[in-house]
Parts: sequence; C-alpha cells; structure tokens
Amino acid sequence: MSVSEKEVRYVANLARLQLSDEEVKHLGEDMNKILGFMDLLNELDTTDIAPLEHVVEMDSRLRKDEAKTPLSHEDALKNAPDADSDYFRVPKVIE
Amino acid sequence: MSTIAHERFEAVIGLEVHAQLLTKSKAFAPVPPIYGEAPNTMVTPLCLGHPGTLPVVNENLVRYIIKMGLATNCQIAPKSIFARKNYFYPDLPKGYQISQFETPICHDGFVDIELEEYDKRIGVTRIHMEEDAGKSIHDQDPYNTLVDLNRAGTPLIEIVSEPDLRTPQEAYAYLTKIKQIVQYLEICDGNMEEGSLRCDANVSVRPRGQKEFGTRTELKNMNSFRNVEKAIEYEIYRQIELIEGGGTVVQQTRLWDTSKMQSRPMRSKEEAHDYRYFPEPDLPPIIVSDEMKEEIRAELPELADVRQKRFVSEYGMSEDDAKTLTEDKYLADFFEREIGDYPNPLDISNFIKTHVLRTLNEDKKHISEVNLPTGSVQAIVSLNGKNEISSSNAVKLYDEIYDSFNNFQNVLPDQDFVTGNITFLKGNLDTNPESVSNFVPINTSIPDYSVRINTDLPDNTLVYLPVLEYSSAKGLAEKLNLIQVSDSGFLEELVDEIIANNPDEVERYRGGKKQLMGFFVGQAMKASKGKANPKMVTQMVAKKLEG
Repeated sequence: MSVSEKEVRYVANLARLQLSDEEVKHLGEDMNKILGFMDLLNELDTTDIAPLEHVVEMDSRLRKDEAKTPLSHEDALKNAPDADSDYFRVPKVIE
Repeated sequence: MSTIAHERFEAVIGLEVHAQLLTKSKAFAPVPPIYGEAPNTMVTPLCLGHPGTLPVVNENLVRYIIKMGLATNCQIAPKSIFARKNYFYPDLPKGYQISQFETPICHDGFVDIELEEYDKRIGVTRIHMEEDAGKSIHDQDPYNTLVDLNRAGTPLIEIVSEPDLRTPQEAYAYLTKIKQIVQYLEICDGNMEEGSLRCDANVSVRPRGQKEFGTRTELKNMNSFRNVEKAIEYEIYRQIELIEGGGTVVQQTRLWDTSKMQSRPMRSKEEAHDYRYFPEPDLPPIIVSDEMKEEIRAELPELADVRQKRFVSEYGMSEDDAKTLTEDKYLADFFEREIGDYPNPLDISNFIKTHVLRTLNEDKKHISEVNLPTGSVQAIVSLNGKNEISSSNAVKLYDEIYDSFNNFQNVLPDQDFVTGNITFLKGNLDTNPESVSNFVPINTSIPDYSVRINTDLPDNTLVYLPVLEYSSAKGLAEKLNLIQVSDSGFLEELVDEIIANNPDEVERYRGGKKQLMGFFVGQAMKASKGKANPKMVTQMVAKKLEG
C-alpha cells in the first residue's frame, strides 16, 4: 500500500495545509515509510485483541452538573483576530 | 401521494433525531447552555477552542442519555468512548466536534408507535452523545460571517432509528413518540420550532418486493413535526416520479423549504465529507456500572404508555380520552393537578378535553404557557356539578378565567405601582395597555388560588398580573352574574312573563305542539342571561300550560 501525491494533497487540504510540490513529495515519502511500518505490525495476528483506544487505563471522571460564571464578554473576544462588539468576525462563509 | 405509486413502490425511511438536553451546564464545560443571551457571553476558554483547555464530562449528559436509552429499550454499553469528528467551520473553533462513533452508549432498542389502523415496532439503532456547534450569522454583515459561540458545547443526544419506517405517517408517529419520551423524562423540552428537537430523514424508495434499498437522500431543515411528514411525502413522490420517468436518484442532502413546500439540493462543495473519526484522546472511556444503570432505571418516571393505562384503570376513562390526556405530559400533569380530591375525575377530564383544549387550540398555545390557577377547572366543574351554574355559564366562567390569566403580562417598565416585590393589578393589560394608570394595585396574594410567578425574576421586579377581584371561582361567578337561579319566586315571575308575551306559541303548545317547550325554556334562559335553572323552568311551564 502506498500513498500517491494526490492523496497527500487531499489530506493536506482536509487539514487546511498549503504544501509546496517539494513538501508533497517529502511528506508522501514519510507517510509511505509509516505505512510500511504499519504493514510490519499487521503481520501479527490481532484477531482476538480489542483495539486500544486509550493508552492510559482509567475511566472518565464525571463533573457535577453545575454552572459557574462564564468568561467575560471582553475576555471572550480579546484574542480574536477580528471581532465586532458582539461577534467573532470571519471571512464570509458561503453556505 | 397517488395510490398507484403506493402499489408499485414502497419507501424506506430512517430518522436521525437530535435532542438538546435540559442540563444546567454544557456537555464539557461548567457554563449554562442558555439561548437568547447576548452573543459570546456564555462561553469558557474550552468553548472557544483555546489551547490547553480540557473537556470534563457533565454527569447529567451521561445520566440523561442512559434514561433515554432505558426508556427506548436500548442496551447500555458498559464501556463507550468519545470520538472526534473533524471538520473546519468557523462555528466549531476546536476544528472537531466531540461525538461518539464506534461505541455509542445506547444501542439496539425500540419504540412502539400507534397508527390509526395498526401498531408497529420501530428499531432504535443507537443513541449517542455529542456537543452542539456555535451559530454562524451570514446575513447581518455584507462582508463577513459573524459567529456566536454561546451554543458551542451544548449537550445533545442523537437518536438514530432503523430504516423501519415505511410511510410519512409512520415517521410522524415515531417522531412524536420520541418527543413524548424526552418530555416525560424531562431531559429535553421537545420543541422543534425552537430547535431543541431536530430531525433529519433518510429516504429511499424501491419497487415492492425488492430486498435491496434504493439510493437514499437525506432531508434537512424541517422545523416542525408536520413539516417532517410533508417533506418526506414530497421526497417519496419526487423519487418515484424520477424513477418512473427513467431517471435515477442521486445521493444528496436536500433542504426543505417551508414557504415553497418543496425541497432543493443543498449547495455544497462536491467533495464528500471526510470526518476522519478517531478516539477523543482528551476523554477516557465512559464506564457505566450495573449499579449506576439500575439506579437510573429506578429513577425513571411513569411514561405515557403506563400512565395511559393507569388513567383507564384508575379513573375509568375511555382509551381514547386517556390517550388524548397522556399524549402530552404537561396536559396529563395539569389534569391530575386539577382532580385534587374531586370525586368525579371524568367531569374534569371532559371539561379539559372540551374547553381547555379548545382555548389552547384557538390561541395556538401550549398548556405550559397559560397560567391557569391551580384548582380553577375543578372549581368550575364543581359549581356546575352542584347545579350552581349552568353548563353554558361554566364555559363563560372558564373563558373569563382563562382570558385573564392567559393575558398575564410579566413585566412592565412602570414604576408607579411599586408597593412591594409583587404588585397585583386588576384589569387586562393586554387589551388595555394604555389604561394602566387606572388599574388598582392589590398588594396581596389571591385567596384560594396559587398563581405561578416567574421566580427567576430579580427581587423588586414588578409583576403585573391581570387579577380578577374574587376570592374563589364562585365569587367570580357571582360577580359575573353567572349563578344559576333556582329561586322559585323569581322563576315563576319569569315564566309568567314569557307566557304573557307569547300568546301564539302558548296556543300552539296547548294545541299539541309540545316541541315548543324548547322555545319557552330558551326564552327563559335568554331573559335570565343563562342563569335560570332549566329543569325548574321546564317543570313550571308544563305545569302552567297543562295543569
């Protein structure tokens, strides 16, 4: 199994990454190496082994359903690249 | 839909219902999931997707979904995990939605739906937890999209049905059932118009007898129960016409347009969504012990089906009436509140069915929106039962009370009547807004009635209630002159007058036209404005004309 340049560009687009032709080539090679390693792991028979979802073996601690004071409106918008007095402002998204 | 189409094709429908949970705080952050607040004021750094923040699961997100799972006969997974659903959109600042993918917490359940001619069991494939996104506003600023993140992180459950539904009517019945269950469980208010319950439908058609499913389309943007039914009906029709015309159905998402009563394909980038789900590394698995599951099971309230059966056995109600009253939890609660210790509960259920539902339908209101004082229906029914008011005047009395309390105005910015935390006013503010200064403040509670006041209002808020001057339903009936007159002196005078004024009818009656009795009683009721005891009038007329 190997990754084509087209697939590299597709994945880059999903991650909103702009790659030069050079980078596409490099990353493609890296990804193929990773997949090669995966192929090696695939030689093991894992039929009866449950997939590992988390490395740390613990349960979620649940939080009591209580509301606390939210962030102030000023603080909420403070780090935004662009905002008006009420909203975050982003380039027009066409539905 | 034409019956011919029905004979040749059948539809296959599955619904995905999102229910917004009535928790006090968001799914993973301790701030209220409240709407209608100023934009971007109900947020934490987590809701804004700031680096370094970590989600912590709200206990009630888990408890509420388990309630829903148990109420829909689902298996509850002892261990389930959250997953990241990745996509970029400005109202999703993290770049992913926390959801569940491979291991939903509830799975393999069912609900039973009732249709006019048959009952049917509909499979529930899965119910999973997820968070809502924020809100994008595209039409306020010509050059930008504005984003409000108050809704980001609101807890949702998604209930996915098996493709067991075959008609728009079945889909409607299923959706109504889901609404009923979430309302009875008090985990969601079930309001589709306001978006706290949302429904997408997957629809395909296939020739009858064919096993494989046809190509499906997904319908979105149906913001009422009836619209879901209509949109599905439209879609079935569209697909059948397409196929019969030699075309093929294209897999796509279609938006329902209520004003045009038709759907159109959603304009979107052609590339299919690629959400790249993977286990959410920030949240360890959710473990549900048997102990926790049984504890929640024990907390489950009486659901509609059980309550319906109880109404039949406990109150001797007909199946149909019990269904009408239990369909809506709030109506059933209202009925049981009004019964109190009244010996004839059926009189109360009949009154609610006939008159309370009539006024609610006329005003397009929900029972939870009108502030009928506790015991008012019982008091009216009781007065009628004791023959103190006639049935028609019972309705008048009810309408008077309903109008007064329904037109309850919460807060008016008028400082003239500050006499305490709460000021009661006499009068109807909705119909006489300009004459507020003429109203008399009554700084008192109302005897015999408890009025529900919005307790979330800050202290010293003026609450103007259009309160009637009475201390009981009977007091009001007296004031409105609705009390039935059984005083024989008064009635005799009345009957004599009617006999004297209608010599022709008297003659015809005596000549054998006994149906004219109705005319005399009618005249007596009219002259007494509905107060005369009709039984006594009948007896008197008969005695005077025949005796």
